[in-house]
Amino acid sequence: MEVARFWRTRHQRYQLVGEVCPHCGTKIFPPRDVCPACEGEAKTPFTFSGRGEVYSFTTIHSAPAGFEKYVPYVVALVRLEEGPLVTAQLTDVEEKDVYIGMPVEMVTRVLREDGERGVIVYGYKFRPRLLQPEPQPQRELEAAAMA
Amino acid sequence: MREVAIIGIGQTPVGEHWDRSLRVLAFEALSAAMRDAQLERIDALYVGNMLSGELTGQEHLGALIADFAGLRGIEAMKIEAACSSAAAALRVGYIAVAGGIHDIVACVGVEKMTDQQGSVATSGLATAADAEYEALHGLSFVGINALLMRRYMHEHGYKKEDFANFAINAHRNAVNNPNAMFPYPISAQQFAEAKPIADPINLLDSSPIADGAACVILAPLSMAREFTDKPVRVRAIAVATDTVALHDRRDPLYLEGAAISAQKAYAAANVGPSDIDLFELHDAFTIMSALSLEAAGFARRGRGVALALEDEISVRGRIPITTMGGLKARGHPVGATGLYQVVEVVQQLRGEAGANQVPNAQLGMAQNIGGSGATVVTTILERI
Repeated sequence: MEVARFWRTRHQRYQLVGEVCPHCGTKIFPPRDVCPACEGEAKTPFTFSGRGEVYSFTTIHSAPAGFEKYVPYVVALVRLEEGPLVTAQLTDVEEKDVYIGMPVEMVTRVLREDGERGVIVYGYKFRPRLLQPEPQPQRELEAAAMA
Repeated sequence: MREVAIIGIGQTPVGEHWDRSLRVLAFEALSAAMRDAQLERIDALYVGNMLSGELTGQEHLGALIADFAGLRGIEAMKIEAACSSAAAALRVGYIAVAGGIHDIVACVGVEKMTDQQGSVATSGLATAADAEYEALHGLSFVGINALLMRRYMHEHGYKKEDFANFAINAHRNAVNNPNAMFPYPISAQQFAEAKPIADPINLLDSSPIADGAACVILAPLSMAREFTDKPVRVRAIAVATDTVALHDRRDPLYLEGAAISAQKAYAAANVGPSDIDLFELHDAFTIMSALSLEAAGFARRGRGVALALEDEISVRGRIPITTMGGLKARGHPVGATGLYQVVEVVQQLRGEAGANQVPNAQLGMAQNIGGSGATVVTTILERI
């Protein structure tokens, strides 16, 4: 693909910037300018949280040209927290550990390279959501400190 | 509007034709159809093709094939709608004849895929998907169908082997089709042990990359008997669309474009699914057979696979499908497939389907699906 084409879609690929419909509130990704729910004009930018869960997934063994060196790789449909489905690769995980409903979060990675002198295309992939440290009750912290 | 009939059909065998070019294949199918209708001239030629630019560096197929066939001077154009290009070309031909623009129109679907290695054909096929939001992530066309199949199994509780009979039935029927690419039977065990392509899809869920060409010649119904004793009437041909990207669908497991296209065709023909004697569906992958049966009203949602499990899809079943091998075993030269389907329905309605003849076939339907369901063409034909 061409430099200008990558440049045009940089906000979507680096930050998951889509749109929100000013008429009905539907969150839209990828941006499409016409709301798929109410068909009103929707050009208000909206940045997605990047959190979602796996809706379906597969492993690609026979890759399209340009992706041969990455096989096997896992591609998924991810249901974003805000509603839309998005197509993306899963990363930092083996296929055998992936399941429908698995919580995932967006990260930025290399999508492909166009040869030695071509463009390196970065964009979103999703990895298993990292566990957030649970806020521990004060009493237990004190007990731990005393032990 | 004028009533339209099919007065001639032609096809080449489907396969790896290393000895024949795209224009030669198209000419073979076209001249076979013209012989079938005893024609020397036609008024217009519409060429269905998806990948000639991508795979052979050749566009401008209308003029190319018209000239090669000795028809220089006539109206000729290429029609592209991904895997539904051939049926889309038939739709354009139908509009021309029904609208009184032309009398004798040839629609030829042609694809030449085996001049390139597999990965080039794979990325060519991926151009049916959304280049910026699907293909950029390395998603192949098989991959899209694998996403659908896994979700379908998850939601409806089917196992992988439940899909086997779609492939077994197609191969059984291909045995009696001299134009089929894979004219041999397969067993449930072979299906279970087939090589994975994109899990859960394996080799025997998938239709093959192939070369081939098929042709149909249209004329006003009022003139049809000047050319043939067995004209077939076009009761309806309807096109509908859906989102190109799978992730943009309201419900990925419901082929809304296929449903709208089928409903439009049923309404135009004034018939329903129970009137259809055979259905040439778009079995690019076994999951597409299930979704197509559901969208066209032959099964409730989640029950398309059950039709295969209960063997209702064989030539003598309740709704025979892929009666000459389907995309799976006849082969899937993508931009030609929609006209192979229509040619096979015509064979059935003329009573020329040999060992695979559906008894008393009066009404036949074909459904050609582009991409993962973004363009769908449904054609209903009648024996007269």
